[in-house]
Amino acid sequence: MFESIAAALGPEIYQYLLAGLVTGLLYALIALGYTMVYGIIELINFAHGDLFMLGAFFSLQLAIWVGAAGAKGQATGEFAVLAVAIMLVAAPVFCAALNVTVDRVVYKPLRNAPKLAPLVSAIGVSFIFMNIGVFWMGTYDLNFPELIPPTNLTPGYRVEFTYQHLMVIVVTLPVMVALTLFVRYTALGKAMRATAQNPTAAQLMGINVDRVIAATFAIGGALAGVAAVVYGLYVNSAGYQMGFQTGLFAFTAAVLGGIGNIPGAVLGGILIGLIEKLGTGYVGDQWRQPLIFAILIVILIFRPNGILGARTREKV
Amino acid sequence: MSLRGAAGYWMVAGFVLLAALPFLQGRYIATYGTQLIPVLCFAILALGLNVVVGYTGLLHLGIAAFFGIGAYVTAILTTSGFPFASSFLVAAVAAMLVAAAVGVATTAPTLRLRGDYLALVTMGFGIITVSVIRNLDALTDGTKGLTPVSPNFFPGFDDPVFEKSRPGWKDSWRGYPRLYYLCLAVLAGVVIFLRNLERSRLGRAWVAMREDELAASCMGLNPAKLKLSAIALGAGLAGLAGALFAISQDGTTEPRAYGFERSMLVICCIILGGLGNRPGVLLGVVLLVGYDQIVTSMLDNWLQEQKVNPEGKEYLKVSGWRLFIFGLALILMMRFRPEGMLPAARQKRELHPERDEAAGERAAKAEAEAKDKPVDRGKKNE
Repeated sequence: MFESIAAALGPEIYQYLLAGLVTGLLYALIALGYTMVYGIIELINFAHGDLFMLGAFFSLQLAIWVGAAGAKGQATGEFAVLAVAIMLVAAPVFCAALNVTVDRVVYKPLRNAPKLAPLVSAIGVSFIFMNIGVFWMGTYDLNFPELIPPTNLTPGYRVEFTYQHLMVIVVTLPVMVALTLFVRYTALGKAMRATAQNPTAAQLMGINVDRVIAATFAIGGALAGVAAVVYGLYVNSAGYQMGFQTGLFAFTAAVLGGIGNIPGAVLGGILIGLIEKLGTGYVGDQWRQPLIFAILIVILIFRPNGILGARTREKV
Repeated sequence: MSLRGAAGYWMVAGFVLLAALPFLQGRYIATYGTQLIPVLCFAILALGLNVVVGYTGLLHLGIAAFFGIGAYVTAILTTSGFPFASSFLVAAVAAMLVAAAVGVATTAPTLRLRGDYLALVTMGFGIITVSVIRNLDALTDGTKGLTPVSPNFFPGFDDPVFEKSRPGWKDSWRGYPRLYYLCLAVLAGVVIFLRNLERSRLGRAWVAMREDELAASCMGLNPAKLKLSAIALGAGLAGLAGALFAISQDGTTEPRAYGFERSMLVICCIILGGLGNRPGVLLGVVLLVGYDQIVTSMLDNWLQEQKVNPEGKEYLKVSGWRLFIFGLALILMMRFRPEGMLPAARQKRELHPERDEAAGERAAKAEAEAKDKPVDRGKKNE
């Protein structure tokens, strides 16, 4: 049965599936940042996509400083390994610090405000980030240096599996596993789950809720930083609007899986990645965006809490 | 209450000033006067969104889609490329009806969603609409947009009302001021209509549902009907604004003009100005859109004359700081005055209960302290 469908879709289906899976892992990393913040303070962090964009710009800047890239982002062929190593350490730290700072300065004073206030502030932060991105790298898309070569590792097979694909999987999967273990087994992870369930009760049990929220923003930011590096090395392009588009897809992924739910975000990310690549392949690139949002709307109508989200009843 | 009355007077004064503008002489009025027309269109759009977000409390992030539908319906009905060649009046009514119908049709299945999920669906709807407009080449001319639009006003009235010979702002009654006055009149009509609607049974029902949907439905209101009527009105007004916008721009311009960014700009206007309050919404539009469309280009032209920025650096242009200033304004507003600049009385009380109830609370506290004092229980627990 599967073989006949695959035959009808043509041999390129495998390539689309691989590309979708890899892109989906990237979306999942960003979606985790959305979903963790939402899980704890019920804020749709509109600025998260733009944080991701700033992370990509920061890593590009690092590559230029190290000498692995020229001023326009083209690879120079030097110090590639060193540049990647520095990026993978520094970009998450940068994004985490930025995210925590924003939480401290902008969202923290609004903890007890009506829900609209932090949401609108997040939109404001997103605008500011985008403007900083324009000042930093200009309005045109730049190259992100091809530090990981797109060399095919599986010649002779139907699927072209390159070092870039491998890099995405090798970086993202361990990060997700580590996050899951962290949330499940450490004290801070337990505190996070408690705060997400009921902040007041958590506080009464002696949990420092402010610290837990800061930690959540830090982890979400660090994940966005990792995603930014991996995205840059995989897609080899960066521009100030990349955060908007990618952020929307990742956010969609978070909602699709059930917002606030960590495995849900990963599942949603992979689904969105697959839908995106299959849609691009079989329907056409210009219908990719409407397709993703149409599917999102349909899912929300029939299963408003996402695929893995628990059904909640409205409290009076 | 006194503030509300004052805002009303200011609004009337503003309308009188705008109506008198074409008669004034001056370099800047001639140059920037025509740019007020889109501002008037956005004011109508913002009032439409205010019905949905402000009165009814549904966070709609895709209002610009209805604006775009209105613009495209008008363009399709009036351009020579299509066989309709209708007058503006017919096109504008059609734009309103189509936008309202699309609004109802797309909202009906999503009625049971609330809060963030509804916001997300409306955002998705807005993005889908723009993509569809861009991709339906045969109907909408793709990324180029439809041009030109220059219809007669009434059916069978062979006088191109919106003659765009535009030699100058004040040159002739037949020139641009006609469209300007049309937009101003429509805006005034919408303001008066909404003022009456607010006080009607429907308007009060919307507010009741915004405050507490469950309680409102227990009182016999039908939330589904109320939501659909709000979206129909809001989308219809957005379609009307789109029709005027298409005429004023000589066409639909590119589909991107109706995207998420436009929706966000309008949301920012009504939140900064004061959610649910007409004078506030208008003030927000004047400040944000006026800044965006007029003040920025004015300052940029001035800077260019001064030759401060020979290399064209983004951060040396006023327009380069656009998003930064919007973002900062939103953040500061939410921090220090979340009810907006000119809030509706109800919102003000809700967001600053301490001001309203301070007196009552003080009395209650004093009473409680008087009771506590002999035992001094409060201190021990700390």
